[in-house]
Amino acid sequence: MGKTLFDKIWDSHVVRSVEGGPDVLYIDRHLIHEVTSPVAFLNLERRGLQVFRPGQTVATPDHNVPTEGQDLPIGEELSRHQVEMLSRNCEKHGIPLYGLNHPWHGIVHVIGPELGITQPGMTIVCGDSHTSTHGAFGAVAFGIGTSEVEMVLASQCILQPKPRRMRITIDGRLGPGVTAKDIALYIISKISTSGGTGHFIEYAGSAIRALTMEGRMTLCNLSIESGARGGMIAPDETTFAYIRGREFAPQGDAWEKALAYWKTLKSDEDAVFDSEYRFRAEDIEPMITYGTNPGMGITVSGHVPLLEEVAVAERDNFLKSLEYMGFRPGEPVAGKKVDYVFVGSCTNGRIEDLRAFAALVKGKVKASGVTVWIVPGSKQVEKAAREEGLAQMLETAGFVLRQPGCSACLAMNDDKIPEGKYAVSTSNRNFEGRQGPGARTLLASPLTAAAAAIMGVITDPRILMEGS
Amino acid sequence: MAYEKFTTLISTGVPLKSENVDTDQIIPARFLKAVERKGFGDNLFRDWRYDREGLPKAEFVLNDARYSGKILVAGKNFGSGSSREHAAWALYDYGFRVVVSSFFADIFRNNALNNGLLPVVVPPLFLGKIFAAIGHDAATLFRVDLPQQLFTIVGSGESVPFEINMYKKECLMKGLDDIDYLLSMKGEIREFEKRGQ
Ligand code: SF4
Repeated sequence: MGKTLFDKIWDSHVVRSVEGGPDVLYIDRHLIHEVTSPVAFLNLERRGLQVFRPGQTVATPDHNVPTEGQDLPIGEELSRHQVEMLSRNCEKHGIPLYGLNHPWHGIVHVIGPELGITQPGMTIVCGDSHTSTHGAFGAVAFGIGTSEVEMVLASQCILQPKPRRMRITIDGRLGPGVTAKDIALYIISKISTSGGTGHFIEYAGSAIRALTMEGRMTLCNLSIESGARGGMIAPDETTFAYIRGREFAPQGDAWEKALAYWKTLKSDEDAVFDSEYRFRAEDIEPMITYGTNPGMGITVSGHVPLLEEVAVAERDNFLKSLEYMGFRPGEPVAGKKVDYVFVGSCTNGRIEDLRAFAALVKGKVKASGVTVWIVPGSKQVEKAAREEGLAQMLETAGFVLRQPGCSACLAMNDDKIPEGKYAVSTSNRNFEGRQGPGARTLLASPLTAAAAAIMGVITDPRILMEGS
Repeated sequence: MAYEKFTTLISTGVPLKSENVDTDQIIPARFLKAVERKGFGDNLFRDWRYDREGLPKAEFVLNDARYSGKILVAGKNFGSGSSREHAAWALYDYGFRVVVSSFFADIFRNNALNNGLLPVVVPPLFLGKIFAAIGHDAATLFRVDLPQQLFTIVGSGESVPFEINMYKKECLMKGLDDIDYLLSMKGEIREFEKRGQ
């Protein structure tokens, strides 16, 4: 029987299988940030250990950092302390760090791919659940907890039960105004936030092949929101073209050798998956969430489900969630007033996302009642946005480009959505309080965010798109 | 991280019926700024437990004097969302040693097991029975027998087996963690690295 892509990569990284237990999995790349690493370093030192493979580790502070005035010391004491701890720990253990103001600084899942650190066939972990992003390159990448961060620092390995395999195939062509974010929200609305639990997803099909690398990253990023450990896409010419020439990409002979190996990375024809789903690209429309988990998604032009449309067992949660959001069953979401728009995060904070946003707002002006935060995912994204003239174009339309970081994705810095306010957000989680205590989050694509920013109300972006 | 050894626990349970309880609820992000593992229990379920002024919300189960114990009984898909291990630390620090649900998110489950907090998966129907038993009498005792892998409602004697892999079971029973195991195989890891080059 054939093997899946996931099996090929996982199996080739198993150092030992513990009897009746997990696998000891070798980790090629370990990404760390300021929030989930300090306790791991502390424990490591308590045990008198060194970092085993500092050269396979990369660090950046992203969760806590301010997105304005990054040349100044961080105002908030606890955040500053965490960021300083990261610098100190990296210095002590010889770990490369791309700190604030470094030209390579940014959100950990944005800089890994951007620098060519993320490559096909690798195992990649990070103390952050959206590590699944890197699966876009045909890597086995997943989020871990702090104890596991400590394991990897100590041994470059992790004890991990092997997940099952799932394949989600999407064939066909996406309509105009429909993006990778919409695919992801569509999938999660179909399989639920626990549908992928225990599994690693491989995304396949012609609609997936047609996605750019950045679109693939958005899709894989959101795998965790369906409960899956990770998501991946077999590498192809699109992948190779993206990696070629990047800072840490293999070069010369090493490139040829790597390429030959990468080309073998696909599921065999007769590989068997533990579960399979199939969707049609034509059925997917611009999506938005109305509730307090990413599975509560509907089309932007649709309505909040009626109570009768919700399974009996789910109704209590459904109503509780609507109460938090201030919505009624059955009401349409289009036309609802929006207070904030957040464009950014490791889901949609890359240059193509900013381009999409800018293209839609071009020649229009920001709605007066809306506060808009546009936060590039990295320093390089910020630089490109300036060089391409996007920043200028955004300014003309009434928007400001901030400095890179996680920002309002989880509101650990100053970028918090106030209580009760509605935010259309390109991030990944609409949990209660995720963007600030009492904040009401509606997840959507950069295009839908742009439409909300211009109209001041939830709007189907296709209405504003020329020629569609 | 050192934690208490786990064998058998008999305790009352605290019922948290909500489903899809994500780790942002268990411990909101703004409390993750510590660089040490200390005092996370105080902020467990912070925004459900306290209002904006920091006063306890009477309707939340942790503030309900009827309920106490080392077992948290939770609705399905507990621990979804962020990978923050702080969620497991907060539950442990608060005093919980077991979380019972019909379904756990993967990362939370690993994090719990790595911190001496036992996630027990029971069938949905049985979970309903546990909630009903607590609803009927908050003093109902439950027995979590790790060696036998058995969860029992003490009064009625009804019990259900639960799964755990042998390796993790042994770790919990001995209070060992994975690092010791991994360190013991450094030689093998080096060999593996050599083969890969
Ligand atoms: S942008 Fe959001 S999801 Fe991504 S790493 Fe930062 S906090 Fe996590």
